[in-house]
Amino acid sequence: MIRFTRVTKTYPRTGTAVQDVNLTVNKGEFIFLTGASGAGKTTLLKMVYMEERPTSGEVRVAGTSSVTAKARDVAKLRRKLGIVFQDFRLLENRTVEQNVSFALEVIGAPAAVIGGKVSRVLTQVGLAAKGRAFPRELSGGEQQRVAIARALVNDPFALVADEPTGNLDDRATRGIFQLLREINAAGTAIMMATHNLELIRRQEYRTIEMARGQIVFDSADPVTHPKLAH
Amino acid sequence: MRPLRDAFETFRRAPLLSALSVTTIAFSLFALGLFGLVALNIREALERLEDRVEIRAFVAEGTPPEDLAQAASDIASFPEVLSAQLVTQDEALKRAQAELGEFRDVFEGAVLPASIDLRLRPGRRDPATVKQVAARVKAYSFIDDIRYGEEWIEKLYRLRNIAGIVGLVLGFVFAAVSVIIIGTTIRMAVLARAKEISIMRLVGATDAYIRRPFLVEGFAKGVMGGLMALVLTWIAQTMINRYVIDTIFFDARAALLGLLFGALIGLAGSAFSVGRHLRSV
Repeated sequence: MIRFTRVTKTYPRTGTAVQDVNLTVNKGEFIFLTGASGAGKTTLLKMVYMEERPTSGEVRVAGTSSVTAKARDVAKLRRKLGIVFQDFRLLENRTVEQNVSFALEVIGAPAAVIGGKVSRVLTQVGLAAKGRAFPRELSGGEQQRVAIARALVNDPFALVADEPTGNLDDRATRGIFQLLREINAAGTAIMMATHNLELIRRQEYRTIEMARGQIVFDSADPVTHPKLAH
Repeated sequence: MRPLRDAFETFRRAPLLSALSVTTIAFSLFALGLFGLVALNIREALERLEDRVEIRAFVAEGTPPEDLAQAASDIASFPEVLSAQLVTQDEALKRAQAELGEFRDVFEGAVLPASIDLRLRPGRRDPATVKQVAARVKAYSFIDDIRYGEEWIEKLYRLRNIAGIVGLVLGFVFAAVSVIIIGTTIRMAVLARAKEISIMRLVGATDAYIRRPFLVEGFAKGVMGGLMALVLTWIAQTMINRYVIDTIFFDARAALLGLLFGALIGLAGSAFSVGRHLRSV
């Protein structure tokens, strides 16, 4: 479903961010991506939603190849992916409902289905009562729930989350993580980059650690990547 | 609906710059329009004047009348020639006296030479043809001198061409300035909406969708600039009619073409800028 084949990404100024990575993410899988800052986690995730293309090698996501995809193919691919960031990226001048429906409007979804989808997904993330609120009126955890609702509203097959709990306190972190587990249980694959080792230790999900652009540990493949994470 | 709403949003956000874009487009087309009007009216005048274009071939004294009659009928059969009329010395005198009115006494004797007066067919009255026919008539040995309005015809033609060229050059300079100013406006609009655009991208909006409101905005500004130019040109023409000289205005097709050109400038400026700046968002 998501497959990296000998992927290397080099930036002209900062050098190699990802080096010779092979990785397969299966349907419905939950993956923790960990490693120090600058280890290449964000670049790896960006290549999943094709914000970045590999310098060499190939990334295939749901039949879309990084080698051949045109801008239009990338747009189509992203309609099947949910993307969540540490900084939420909500539109401040729009309500919670409008932030979520925005994701449907701009891909030309028929107006008739938007209302139903938005209220369903807001219920799913536990914000059914806050649809009319503006982002600044919400806590950090609630804002991230809005961002997750926006990512989910198109029924993606996978959710890419780059440090989704990085800005949140422990309680909000647990809440968001619980929500992601529920989403995963419903069949959506999740790739989540995180620094939070506490969170990882308590779970039995597949864990991949990166260092200097390479995968140095993969709990699903201890033969190739035997080194243990710390 | 949304592109239109977004387009007006930019007017609200950057009213000064938006007004500036519309105004420069208007000036671009106004310059084109004014000089276009000059060219149009000169052409109109030329057509009227060309009606009166005559070649007058003066005949040497003492030429036998049979030779003259023969020459006149030969010349009349040139393909460019509408008519060739023989004017005797007496007739020339009468005509001169009639034209001069109270100064008729100036001519007392037969001081005016006889002539063959030619009129050319419509469509064959341009300076080149006139010159060529004149040269052929001059080839007759008994033709002394030949007169035609060569100088002022050529001058008018030249004036018309100059008016056309100046209008085009000024119009294109203004058009280039408009494209740059519109580009700047679009750049600001793109930057102001950078976050929104990046989210659109993230959730899978196509570039065409993201670009559309900016193109609509440019197009709308172009049309507005075009309308403004049309009004300005019309006002200028009305003033000229009132205080200087009677002139004619563009027909509907030319006016529409102007509007279209304005829309094109607006669209080009937007497309040029939005393509460049979307990439950096």
